[in-house]
Amino acid sequence: MPDIIKIDNLKKNYKKIQALKGVSFNVAEGELFAYLGPNGSGKTTTIRILTGLTKSSGGEAFLNGHNINGKGIEGKKQFGLVTQIINLDNELTINENLDLHGRLYGMKKTDRQAVIEVMLENVGLLERKNSLVKELSGGMKRRLMIARALMHSPGILFLDEPTAGLDPEIRRKLWSLIKKIQQQGTTIFLTTHYIEEAEFLADRVCFLEQGEISAIDSPANFINSVGAWAIDLFHEAEFVTRYFKTIEEADSFTSHAQDGYTKRRVNLEDAFINRTGRRMKENGTAEGRPARMASGHSHGQGNSNVHGHSSHSGHENSNGGGC
Amino acid sequence: MSKCFAVYLRELIILKRKFWRQIASMSVSPLLYLIAFGFGLGNDLNVGGRPYLEFLIPGLIAMGSMVYSFGIATEINVARFYWKIFEEFQAAPVPNIAYVSGEVLAGITRALISVIIILIIGFISGVNLSYGPGFWVAVLLNSFLFSSLAVGLAMIVKSHADQSLLSSFLITPMSFLGGTFFPVDKMPVVVQKILYFIPLTHASNAIRASAYGEKASGISYLVLVVIGIVCFIFAVNVVNKARD
Repeated sequence: MPDIIKIDNLKKNYKKIQALKGVSFNVAEGELFAYLGPNGSGKTTTIRILTGLTKSSGGEAFLNGHNINGKGIEGKKQFGLVTQIINLDNELTINENLDLHGRLYGMKKTDRQAVIEVMLENVGLLERKNSLVKELSGGMKRRLMIARALMHSPGILFLDEPTAGLDPEIRRKLWSLIKKIQQQGTTIFLTTHYIEEAEFLADRVCFLEQGEISAIDSPANFINSVGAWAIDLFHEAEFVTRYFKTIEEADSFTSHAQDGYTKRRVNLEDAFINRTGRRMKENGTAEGRPARMASGHSHGQGNSNVHGHSSHSGHENSNGGGC
Repeated sequence: MSKCFAVYLRELIILKRKFWRQIASMSVSPLLYLIAFGFGLGNDLNVGGRPYLEFLIPGLIAMGSMVYSFGIATEINVARFYWKIFEEFQAAPVPNIAYVSGEVLAGITRALISVIIILIIGFISGVNLSYGPGFWVAVLLNSFLFSSLAVGLAMIVKSHADQSLLSSFLITPMSFLGGTFFPVDKMPVVVQKILYFIPLTHASNAIRASAYGEKASGISYLVLVVIGIVCFIFAVNVVNKARD
């Protein structure tokens, strides 16, 4: 597939702060590309530059061949945007919000009404078509924002933390919707600080740290680079995780374990920690942790248990005793 | 053109949703001014051989059209800083001129509604003046000018508080000094010369002369046209300033 997003040495300075320090990467057509990093790493800045909401301080970017710094407005038709902050018109109904969007993108009246029906059906809001936006729940608003961003059939969909602040059930429903959109041929550029979200959804993941890319690869490659199985245990007053290539190696280790442990599949968060020595917490802040190498394959993990999520085979807990 | 209409339509829908609240709010100021200055102060007062009420109503119309067309800045600020809806316009393929035109039209609409309210209040108060084409052209030009100025300033302010500051330093002084409540020619010559540069002075002159059935000065119309165009061009050119 050809590259639909091309970014070359993109920079952004806010006075003395370098929010982006020369970021370069490409995204292939139809790909779901996750842009992962803690708060303040430059994720939203990148999306804002690509969508024309913020001016870059240097570098170039192309969306479907259109230079984002170009004067023309054709480039803006190439993408749909779901911002991190809900920016729907609360005083307008769902239908009015979508109709307004269609008008802004020059859609004809007959097309607008037909597309609104389809979009609302897709996101499960058709019955609420004439409800005021202020009457909707947070999850409904997020779905409406996705429907709005897709109204004009863009080739690229930018999703900036689309599940932030939503409860797990609604988050998973949104994941299904995002996957469905990708399967219909839309390229998706997703920023998130939920590692499991990127692991579940993305074809490729880009780790961004302090305005710089630390690594880009598929979730599977990241995970395989660490191992297949992980043992979390409390050792010498600190939680540590050890990684193993096979379950036999992991079992062999636990048979000698003195303390309580959790055995589980390696996940993307392990890969992130292994690469950066940091743990991304739910609130998106990155905590620096000294890598405590109990063996060639383990890291200190601060004070949290790290469990594989349900998409991976389960984990096994033991409260000590060992053999 | 359709994109300009989309921006305008959004403002119209919002206006429609809070129509009666807007009408009530637009009625308060002219009623208070009419009671305080018209009935209270100027019951037996004559200005240029006419009852003070007949002098006041055109002044209130000039002021009302200025204040309510400039009020579009508040709507833009709410959309920009509070609801973040402005980003939807920024990300969309909408030329700056279409966005500004839509918002300016919305400002003019609000101004016209406020003028109609003042005319009704004046009619109920027994003030019958002439409201011919010259009157409406002056009202439209005044509304266009201050609407354009409001859109431009709304693009360059960094917070809603900044906008309030601009209103305090620009709109409030003009409301009182632009020939609204007293004839500018009664002021000292130096002050008159300064007030001549205020667009509201020319709007008051043109609106009042037309309402009296007299021929308004062409210069007043010309000043409103020129400053209006300058403000509109300014607004179109500063839309991009609203980006980070």
